[in-house]
Amino acid sequence: MNEWGYVIAGWAVSAAVLVAYALWIILRGRALSKEVPPEDRRWM
Amino acid sequence: MTSKFAVDLPISADQPSLAGPSGTGSGGTRVLGALTLVGIALVAFLAFVATPADSDMGDTVRLIYVHVPIVSVAYLGIVIATIGSIAFLWKRSEWWDLVASSSAEVSAVLMGLTLVVGMIWGKPTWGVYWVWDARLTSTLVLFLLLLGYQAVRRTSVDPWVRGKRSAIVGLLLLPNVLIVNRSVEWWRSLHQEPTLLRLDPTIEGLQLFTLVLAIGVTALMFVWLAVHRFRLAWLQDRVDRRLLVDAIEDRRSEVTV
Repeated sequence: MNEWGYVIAGWAVSAAVLVAYALWIILRGRALSKEVPPEDRRWM
Repeated sequence: MTSKFAVDLPISADQPSLAGPSGTGSGGTRVLGALTLVGIALVAFLAFVATPADSDMGDTVRLIYVHVPIVSVAYLGIVIATIGSIAFLWKRSEWWDLVASSSAEVSAVLMGLTLVVGMIWGKPTWGVYWVWDARLTSTLVLFLLLLGYQAVRRTSVDPWVRGKRSAIVGLLLLPNVLIVNRSVEWWRSLHQEPTLLRLDPTIEGLQLFTLVLAIGVTALMFVWLAVHRFRLAWLQDRVDRRLLVDAIEDRRSEVTV
């Protein structure tokens, strides 16, 4: 693998992990918010 | 017998509430998220197209625009987690416990990425993915400590016990950051010395601008992730409390009958 291969791999791994983590937070938050009353989830 | 939550909350998974936000997002986080995405696009353009290859590192310098911002912001998150831990032990506030735990979790993700991207950078630079070098080993220890912090939070369902135990681990995080940061100076190391935090930074011009911008954008992304993670933890605590109250009420009703 040449230098660009390592560069692409590093950026791709970072993007994949961060997108997956962000998606997990958003989807889990949507699921939990259905079980919590509105007055307990009024964000600033 | 119905629980007090059942009276107060006519909401169930089958009847999603239409009032209030339907997740962890808000107007502020949406603006922050949009700014972060624009910033990431700009950093990617600068890193891949606008900046030249480095005279020493060649094209692998483009990994520095990911590696250095991620580890720098992970350190920032650890500072916040330690401050949150101290504040929790002092104030006994759930808010500080969740600030600390949310920051620590996002930092754990970033620290894991730091190790992976660092290994990917190490292969073309040093010829190996991993060596038991002072900087790499101390970073691995810090990552394991962050995982330990999360594990400790799962040892008790009592919020106060959970918060106290994890806050004690949280106090150990910042000293470890100092050890990692100074490791290249205290011990002989394969890892290069600090790139930015020195009187004569080893990069300049557009490369320096790109690196500083990438750190700023990664900090924005951290805030977005940490705020959403805080709200998720807040929602989880509300659900856990309701389940606990329901379980206690059910047990009481069984005894009464």
